[in-house]
Amino acid sequence: MSTALLQVDNLKKYFAVPQGYLHAVDDVSFSIDKAATLGVVGESGCGKTTLGRVVLRLLDSTDGRIVFDGEDVTHVKGAKLKALRKRMQIIFQDPYASLNPRKTVFQTISEAMSINGRLSAPEIKKRVVELMDIVGLAQRFVNAYPHELDGGRRQRIGVARALSIEPEFIVCDEPVSALDVSIQAQILNLLIDIQTELGIAYIFITHDLSVVKHISDNIIVMYLGQVVEEVASAELFSRQIHPYTRALLSAVPVPIVNYDKKRILLKGEISSPVNPGEGCRFAPRCDYVQDRCLEEGPELREILPRRLARCHFAERFA
Amino acid sequence: MSENILSVRNLTVKYISRETGVCHAVNDVSLDVKKGETIGLVGETGAGKTTIALSILRLLPMPPARIVSGEIYLQGEDLLKMPEGGMRGIRGGRISMIFQDPMTALNPIDRVGDQISEMIKLHLDLNNAQAAGKAAEMLEMVGIPSTRFNDYPHQFSGGMKQRVIIAIALACRPELLLADEPTTALDVTIQAQVLNMMKGLKNELGTSMVLITHDLGVVAETCDRVAVVYAGEIVEIGTADAVFEKKSHPYTVGLFNSLPDITGERKRLLPIAGLMPDPTALPEGCKFSPRCPACGEACTKGPVGLRLESGTHFVRCLKAGQ
Repeated sequence: MSTALLQVDNLKKYFAVPQGYLHAVDDVSFSIDKAATLGVVGESGCGKTTLGRVVLRLLDSTDGRIVFDGEDVTHVKGAKLKALRKRMQIIFQDPYASLNPRKTVFQTISEAMSINGRLSAPEIKKRVVELMDIVGLAQRFVNAYPHELDGGRRQRIGVARALSIEPEFIVCDEPVSALDVSIQAQILNLLIDIQTELGIAYIFITHDLSVVKHISDNIIVMYLGQVVEEVASAELFSRQIHPYTRALLSAVPVPIVNYDKKRILLKGEISSPVNPGEGCRFAPRCDYVQDRCLEEGPELREILPRRLARCHFAERFA
Repeated sequence: MSENILSVRNLTVKYISRETGVCHAVNDVSLDVKKGETIGLVGETGAGKTTIALSILRLLPMPPARIVSGEIYLQGEDLLKMPEGGMRGIRGGRISMIFQDPMTALNPIDRVGDQISEMIKLHLDLNNAQAAGKAAEMLEMVGIPSTRFNDYPHQFSGGMKQRVIIAIALACRPELLLADEPTTALDVTIQAQVLNMMKGLKNELGTSMVLITHDLGVVAETCDRVAVVYAGEIVEIGTADAVFEKKSHPYTVGLFNSLPDITGERKRLLPIAGLMPDPTALPEGCKFSPRCPACGEACTKGPVGLRLESGTHFVRCLKAGQ
């Protein structure tokens, strides 16, 4: 995989808590090609947001390696880290909380460019106009404050801000979850168009399986800090190998009346990520659990060509 | 299935304040709920779904809200004409409501068992011990061991809290349950558990339900009938079969086209152009006309009424079916 823009190996992020360690991200590996999208899907508390922040170096990793464009950036500091920041950006979930209420649209979009210092003031002005065009924000809003705008327009500001310094890679952390479906569709189309035009790679973090299928090339499914399945987007929906992925897919309500599907109802709820122990983390909720699952945690392994799953008995559904 | 538990007739609600003017939240909405039936109210943020539900229970903050006109009949009795004392017997007794956010709907400093008992004691003639016994029974019914009777809300996860709220809502066997986005705050596997449980309990107790949601998937799975709400109006109403099979209003069609399809091939999404109209300045004629791809001259003049599409399927559109 020589074309990989971002390569992550055995990444771990533990948080110290009074009871021990919270395994937010535990041994996650993946790679993303230029202009490709990796979907990260999972439920609340599975570690997907932490993963995005560690990859961006907004949080320091506990262990593992992050290679960006051929260079190990896991521990870079100072000027080098600043240079790296220009190449990576993030779009946040909540367009109501992620914009400074005291800054106008112009100030928000131009801030990173001013700090970056490559462009002169007139150039920045021109670039803001250009960016507002790219994200479909009318020029009349250039001096508006966030409270004057609706959720969809605010999220467009978030996108414009992320694009302002021409990054090669953007972490989209649930960018459409707070939006109504008709607005969600507008923003998804925008993100796809931007990628096609500018060749930016995305990590797209979401809990919505229809959205992740729509936008991703490859998908990793996370459960309690670990990747339980990794697969090309199209294939995930025709066949799921890990029992958790199967249950997750079957739980999605499909907007077709009398849609014929077998619903797998999971027992219980997600267990605690604090000191998770030896066995398979999904075992307490798994319908197919066996003695071995409780004693020995399975490794993520290739079950079929380019299909990885973390289950001792993955062949059952392969 | 012919008896109407609830009939809303020509309900119009406005929010009136000096700063923002008159906000037309609900405009001439009529709705029937039959015994044992689940009807879905779907629509986007600000469509007026929650205002409709709160009007039924007379829980709207007045002012700024004002019910300008309309009647709401619960088995023939007009709730809007009932004295406040009578309404207290209705709320939680004959009509219950489940709110969206399970994290804020429970009292954090009361034991969950006591919160269920409180509702029972208010509406049924039982002593403390009997009410507690019934509360424990309700906990078991929603799949929580009654040994957790004395736990506090913070000791429960989101899905479990929503189960407690459902236990409170169903404790007095209401005739009608108003569920306002009951699973929106939950993860999808937990949502599946909760919806499944609600469906089971509803059938067991014969309760009718108004389910407010923005998720068309949830509607397809749980509702017998569906009403699509846009800018305070019902723009399409019919059996879930009919509406999903033959989407007729351009807004309904737009909602479906905005959804990424999980079952088929990847296609470019077709979002609805523009934004919801400002409820303080609704457009003349059809409220959807500024965003409508099929909008014609007649659409912008004068109000558009609901028109029969087929059977019990009604559409508020001059162009539908043409």
